[in-house]
Amino acid sequence: MRKKKRNDLKEAAIGAFFFTSGILAVLVLIGIFLTLLATAVPAFREIPVGKFFGHSRWDPTSPEKAEYGLLSMIASTLLVTAGALLLAVPIGIAVAAYLSDVAPWRVREVLKPVVEILAGIPSVVVGFLGLVLFGPALARLFHTANGLNALNGSILLAVMSLPTIISISEDSLNAVPKAYSEASLALGASRWQTLVRVKLPAALSGIVAAVMLGLGRAIGETMTVLMATGNARSFPRGLLSSVRTMTADIAIELGEAPYFTTHYYALFAIGLVLFVMTFAVNLAADVVLRRYQERER
Amino acid sequence: MKRPARKKIAQALGFLALRLAMAVVLAVLILLLGDIVRKGGGAISWEFLSQAPRRGMTEGGIFPAIVGTFLVTVITAVLAVPLGMSAAVYLNEYARQTRLTRLIRLSIRNLSGVPSIVYGLFGVILFVNALRLGTSVLSAGLTLGLMTLPWTITAGEEALKTIPDSYREGALALGATKWQTIRTNVLPYAVPGMLTGTVLGLARAAGETAPILFTGAAFYLPALPKSPGDQFMALPYHLYIMATQHHAILKVRPLAYGTALVLIFLVLGMNMAAIVVRYRLRKKQR
Repeated sequence: MRKKKRNDLKEAAIGAFFFTSGILAVLVLIGIFLTLLATAVPAFREIPVGKFFGHSRWDPTSPEKAEYGLLSMIASTLLVTAGALLLAVPIGIAVAAYLSDVAPWRVREVLKPVVEILAGIPSVVVGFLGLVLFGPALARLFHTANGLNALNGSILLAVMSLPTIISISEDSLNAVPKAYSEASLALGASRWQTLVRVKLPAALSGIVAAVMLGLGRAIGETMTVLMATGNARSFPRGLLSSVRTMTADIAIELGEAPYFTTHYYALFAIGLVLFVMTFAVNLAADVVLRRYQERER
Repeated sequence: MKRPARKKIAQALGFLALRLAMAVVLAVLILLLGDIVRKGGGAISWEFLSQAPRRGMTEGGIFPAIVGTFLVTVITAVLAVPLGMSAAVYLNEYARQTRLTRLIRLSIRNLSGVPSIVYGLFGVILFVNALRLGTSVLSAGLTLGLMTLPWTITAGEEALKTIPDSYREGALALGATKWQTIRTNVLPYAVPGMLTGTVLGLARAAGETAPILFTGAAFYLPALPKSPGDQFMALPYHLYIMATQHHAILKVRPLAYGTALVLIFLVLGMNMAAIVVRYRLRKKQR
């Protein structure tokens, strides 16, 4: 009897141990949010919130008057991200459709790991290639001084978000019940018609979620945009202007900002904005994906 | 007769467009890797791999950066692998479908979407300042470890899911306790799969730059780190510096290409090894 009791205790302790490591993910996520919040709030003792979000001049080290307007960086982030999605969404969905509906089984087994390789290239290497490969090419193409601009960043971010968009879109195309396409083919529709009019609409919510996850990745990407977009602080005037995104600004200035100054707190405020933006996008993607999976069951 | 012909042409054109998209992606991949291999290959020599940078980093090699990346990845693994695996065991073996379990899963998915630079900010506050670890290999490794955690949890769970329930039921029917069942009939079969998934996460961590920018990576150090409290040089950060911050950027371009090649070789090597092993495992399980 006593041995059983001791065993029960041991089992309970082990269960508790595993539970603790399980709950850790929640604690880390909450911890990140609260840390950013606590470190960002002191910035607003000196910076009016309306000015932070409503003005576009960012010059924290100005000797006369430090300016903390985030607007041009928000616009830059959105511009570069929008450009990336414009490129990555059609290509990503087309590749997913190719892999799920056109490619022979053997070709597909080879190509899927190849797409995974693309996801494995470190962002700093992609940024480096933006600098040395895409930059000069874009400069020649558009006759600009250098090719370090929003377009360059968009191309690189498209490359980086493609694997996410491809793999999740392909999963959701494959998850469309066989009966749907069989019914369509039996009614005399071609494979192309079945793909476009039956499978893609049926997989739409999964594809939307894929695009949103790709969007989240693009918003938060740092090294590629830091190295390839030129980092000018002015408000972006188009895809060919040099821009500085929120992520790049943190990477550039955190090393120079002395600890626990308004500038330092302001950079954490940018981090908080980034966190909230990506969290919202990912949460939305999650809701779409869950609802879709529940319906399919 | 006309309609079926048009249908066929539409299909041919449509499929052609899809094939073209695939070709574009492959071409980009070949362009990227090809450029690095072609221009980085010339820089690779035994000296480049085994020596420290010299003369203001215009000559010499990248040995300290290789060592630094190795050390920081070890610390990443020490944090992320055991924690990730035990969290995976909890989710797959213990957790019931409760609101709390759903919250945990939601947190994991959201953690993997947190931007890497935000992990860097968190590391500065938590490890560098609050825990007083300073800018060090330890701080950077722990920051990367937190970032890797959601990936290792997911990888661990994927592996545990492939173990058939009959394995668990067999042990439980013989009177084994839950932990005995997991220890003898689940983990031994799941660990290889868990580890391969983990290697994929570690490879990604090894190539990350943003989280280590302010938690411990250094521009140049005359000596290798002697303790986990020292700063370190790292391959991704070294590439960033050689490409954008160096005083003679064009002169050191070949060295930057060489660094990029070594980094890609390391990260993709780990990736490919894991993908091949995983493929074999899946075949065996079928």
